[in-house]
Amino acid sequence: MARHEVREKKKKDESNQKEDAIEVMATVLEPLPNAMFRVELENKHQVLAHISGKMRKNFIRILAGDKVAVELSPYDLTRGRIVYRYK
Amino acid sequence: MIICKAPAELEKMHRAGLIVWEVLSKVRDAVKPGVSTMDLEKLAEGLSAARGGRPAFKGYRGYPCVLCTSVNQEVVHGIPSEKRRLKAGEIISLDFGAEVDGYFADAAVTVPVGEIGSELEKLLRVTRESLDRAIEKVKLGNRLSDISHAVQGWVEHNGYSVVREFVGHGIGTRMHEEPNLPNYGEPGRGPRLQEGMVLAIEPMVNAGQPAVRVLDDEWTAVTADGSYSAHFEHTVAVTANGPWILTRPKQVNGPSW
Repeated sequence: MARHEVREKKKKDESNQKEDAIEVMATVLEPLPNAMFRVELENKHQVLAHISGKMRKNFIRILAGDKVAVELSPYDLTRGRIVYRYK
Repeated sequence: MIICKAPAELEKMHRAGLIVWEVLSKVRDAVKPGVSTMDLEKLAEGLSAARGGRPAFKGYRGYPCVLCTSVNQEVVHGIPSEKRRLKAGEIISLDFGAEVDGYFADAAVTVPVGEIGSELEKLLRVTRESLDRAIEKVKLGNRLSDISHAVQGWVEHNGYSVVREFVGHGIGTRMHEEPNLPNYGEPGRGPRLQEGMVLAIEPMVNAGQPAVRVLDDEWTAVTADGSYSAHFEHTVAVTANGPWILTRPKQVNGPSW
C-alpha cells in the first residue's frame, strides 16, 4: 500500500500548530542560562520553561517572581514554554 | 530515522512476505472475466487467515478491506466491491500486506484480465521492468534516490509517467516507516543504503500524465486524465549480498514478478 505523501504532509502541518498544549498560570522562581526559567505552576509543580520565540523577538524581559502563562506539552510535562508575562 | 533490522527480524519479515507472495499468487490466478473484486478480497482474506498472517491493510487509517484492487485508470488503493465485475481486456492491480509477529511485508502486482491489447501489455512490462531496475540499485553504498531515479529513467524512456503523490516507503514493525521512497528524482541524493534497511519499492506508472486524484471514498486514486495505470511492488531488504526480496521465496529468481 503506497504512502499518500500529500495527505501525510497535511497531517504533519496540523500537529505543528502547537495547539495541543495545555496553558497554565505559573510564577517564575529563578532565571537559568539560555533563556530558560524554573517556574512553579499553580498546582505547585516545578517545570523548566523557555521563552516563546515571539516573546524573545519582542524583548519581553522576565524576572524571578513574575506571573506568567506557560504552555505545557501533553507529552512531556516537565518542560514548558512561557507565552505571556502578566503585568 | 531509518530503522535497520537485524537478521532475525528480516527472517520474520520474510515469513510475512511469503504469506503475501502466496496470497497474491493465488489471487492473481483467480483473476478472470466475470469475477468481482469482492470475490478476490474474500479469497485473499481466507488465504491469509489459513496461513496465520494478519492482513495489514484492514483498519489501516480506516481502510475497509484486506486487499486493494485497482482496475484500469485506478492507480492504487481501489476498494473491492461486489458490483465491480472484471471484463476481458482490463488490467487490475492487486496490493496486499500481512503482519506476522509484529513484522510487516507489502507487495503488489498488476495482471491482465483475459486477453489485453499490446499497448497495455507494454505498460505492464515497462512498470515491472522499472521495479526490476529499482531492485538492482538496492546495494550497499548506493543512495536512496538511485532507486527512485532508476524507476523514473526507465518509465520516462518508454514514454510513460510516474505518479508523484504516492510514494514507496520503509517498512518493518509498522507498515509505513521512514524513509519515503519517491519513484522520481535525481540520482545520488538521500541517505546511503545500509545493511538491514527494508524498503517497499512500488513504481506506479501512468500511460498518460502523472497527475492523480483521490475519489470521494477517500481511498481510490485515479489518473486525472483517465489513462491506464500499473503498479508493481516488492518489500526488499538491503543485505551485504545485495537486494533480498522478502516478498517471494528465496528459490525464485529472475524478474521481480
